[in-house]
Amino acid sequence: MSEAKKPVLEVRDLSVALPPGADRAHAVEKVSFTVNPGEIVCLVGESGSGKSVIAFTVMGLLAKALKPTSGEILLEGENVLAADEARLRELRCTRMSMIFQEPMTALNPVMTCGLQIDEVLETHTRLDAAERKAKIIAILGRVQLPEPERIYASYPHQLSGGQRQRIMIAMALVLDPVLLIADEPTTALDVTTQAEILKLIAELQEGQGTGVLFITHDFGVVAEIAHRVAVLRWGELVEMGPTEKILSRPEHSYTKMLISSVPSIHPQHRGVRKDGITVLRTEKLGKTYSGNAFFQKARVVKAAVDVDLDIRRGETLGIVGESGSGKSTVARCIARLIDPSEGRVFLGDTEIATMTAGKLRPHRRKVQIVFQDPYRSMNPRITVGEFIIEGPMNFGLKRDEAMARARKLMETVRLDPNSLDRYPHQFSGGQRQRICIARALAMEPELLIADEAVSALDVSVQKQVLELLDEIRQRLNLAVLFITHDLRVAAQICDYVAVMSKGRVVEYGSAEQVFGSPRDDYTKALFAAAPGRHWEFGKFATA
Amino acid sequence: MLDFIARRLIAIIPVLTVVAVFVFLMLRLTPGDPAAVIAGDNATSDQIDAIRAALGLNEPIWTQFAIWIGNILQGNFGESFFFKKTVAELIAQRVEPTLALAICALVIAVSIAVPLGVLAAYRHGSLLDRFVMAFSVLGFSVPVFVIGYCLIYVFAIELGLLPVQGYIRIGVDFWGFLERMVLPSVTLAVVFIALIARMTRASVLEVLNEDYIRTARAKGLSNRVVLMRHALRNAAVPILTVIGLGIAGLISGAVVTESVFGLPGLGRLTVEAVLSRDFPTIQTVILLFSVVYVLINLLIDISYTLFDPRIRY
Repeated sequence: MSEAKKPVLEVRDLSVALPPGADRAHAVEKVSFTVNPGEIVCLVGESGSGKSVIAFTVMGLLAKALKPTSGEILLEGENVLAADEARLRELRCTRMSMIFQEPMTALNPVMTCGLQIDEVLETHTRLDAAERKAKIIAILGRVQLPEPERIYASYPHQLSGGQRQRIMIAMALVLDPVLLIADEPTTALDVTTQAEILKLIAELQEGQGTGVLFITHDFGVVAEIAHRVAVLRWGELVEMGPTEKILSRPEHSYTKMLISSVPSIHPQHRGVRKDGITVLRTEKLGKTYSGNAFFQKARVVKAAVDVDLDIRRGETLGIVGESGSGKSTVARCIARLIDPSEGRVFLGDTEIATMTAGKLRPHRRKVQIVFQDPYRSMNPRITVGEFIIEGPMNFGLKRDEAMARARKLMETVRLDPNSLDRYPHQFSGGQRQRICIARALAMEPELLIADEAVSALDVSVQKQVLELLDEIRQRLNLAVLFITHDLRVAAQICDYVAVMSKGRVVEYGSAEQVFGSPRDDYTKALFAAAPGRHWEFGKFATA
Repeated sequence: MLDFIARRLIAIIPVLTVVAVFVFLMLRLTPGDPAAVIAGDNATSDQIDAIRAALGLNEPIWTQFAIWIGNILQGNFGESFFFKKTVAELIAQRVEPTLALAICALVIAVSIAVPLGVLAAYRHGSLLDRFVMAFSVLGFSVPVFVIGYCLIYVFAIELGLLPVQGYIRIGVDFWGFLERMVLPSVTLAVVFIALIARMTRASVLEVLNEDYIRTARAKGLSNRVVLMRHALRNAAVPILTVIGLGIAGLISGAVVTESVFGLPGLGRLTVEAVLSRDFPTIQTVILLFSVVYVLINLLIDISYTLFDPRIRY
């Protein structure tokens, strides 16, 4: 990228103050970088690094509590920090545009997609209705949406996540802005959709020479799309350079640590299968949802069909799949959080799929789940100690014994046992997930189900939690069912992998076999879509 | 959609049956003899017996119910014990003031409360917001008749701008009608302004945190467009629900308001009928109110689909 042209975006010495009482004084401190025409610059960092704050500051969309205190942001030479609200409104969508993380919620649900794009043209141009419509249909075609006319008249809820993100992109690029800010635009999407959207963004920006400020936490995405990378930590820019250099020869210890934390897509050699005892086995497990309607024909959704799995003691079985593939449904059927509609589930020798609720209760202890979102799976009004001992006490353990067990488990998950009387909000996301694991272990389960248990965590924290889970599995000789959409994570933690698509298991085998030589077409497509799959992230010694 | 409406209309039948049974029993089982009331203070017991026989009050209670229901299904609501007219005629005479009052109050309430609520949400934490919230508490807690008398005192007696009481039919003298409608409508509207403004504020406030509001701002739209086109429409469903629920309150409010302002409407008819134990009138009025209430809620449910395309029946 050696364009002779002036940069489209120049951020100089930008500082943004946090409100008093926050954990640090500045959300962003003395950050400087540029984005050139036709260039994609990735801002990478973990949560709280200030990367989104920078994006919102450029757009002038910062929450009122945050105030830029110094520096300037030059958009084609014009300082947007000094611009008033009216000027900012003129610039938005004409010179700089933004797309967001959640395509499911970023569009107004009660307006058609066409009208939502039309608003942009109505506000910023003098085109008449027919010209506007023609322009919208053209841009819908350019973002490769099928049947632009139908999409124009559709409401957001009638479209898929990927289609909605295309609408957002169309809306952002309809007036050919010089700068596109993309705030984690593919994080909420499935891996195959993510690959398509990344390709689309790269194609469109290359064609128009748009400068892109791309915010992500995912080094796979960085390897896929970025020309240059800026690494942020706690609001400070620690390192910036061309993608290839940053990924292969990082200089700063934080960058080294981050890149080393990225799980490899190649599975570790796990050794030959021991003759373990089968803890859980499913036979033709199925779950059908049907809506009952009075007069209409009932809608039937087959969330899981003919699922045969088995998990042995001391082994981790991964279920991998995209959203809606039925992986969580299977996990929930196994834990009997929902009732399976067909098939059988054997816990040891006991069949639990059809057991009545009363008889099931003593078996509940044996299967425990850790859920995805540690922020929402803990009751905010009870202490961590109460949260952990509630289950064991329910199964007859005395309070002081349960408390002693909780203290021991806190050590197991490497948290301070003296913090048992604190409340969930006093812990970070990674710590909460450890507490959730401790809670599950307190029940002394035979099978631990981790349902996307590391998906909400930053990559460095994710690595620690994964290592912890693997260590606990070995030490307690536990059977683990690991549900994930992240192929890299699955490659690192699973002995066996089942790939699910549309409710069915399409491929099932050892992790080495499935990752090394996938047989099913869907599995192959899934692996082909994994971002940064060609890049082997190095393991750097961090001083 | 038609399917939904048909189902909802069918569902009205059991609702109204329950209302009918309840209304019928409540009045028959309460102490006090309508025949004695009709006959007056100086009647002999023979006269009362005769009246009772004429009204069918000597029949077993379920026979009375069967006869009554049968008549109603034929459109015969009976004859008022007290007013000596058919109930149908009576209600036809009294419906206009109540309808006018309800519509005026509703129009005033919605047109003041919704913008007020939106503004309060937009500038939440500001002086205006606090004023709206304070007004809401006040509007809820002060009884309707107190508001009514205060308004009469200020605008009719002290300032002499508007008449104190009375009603002129809309067809007779439109300006006279309007003049006499202002104070009662405002009185009745106060509670609804409080209720709807509060709901609008809460609902819009929630919507303003949504991602699509951020998107709308990122498009460079003006605040007015963001608020009215994006926020309000998404906030509409809870607001409509409250308006629908409020119509029930409107009916009970009408009883008090009509009494305070001397409007010859259904509310006052109800009071008069209750005081004189005029069974047929009371029963018919309650049935009528029930039907209106059920139908309005159906209309509200249908109107959701106009505001939110995701709602389909």
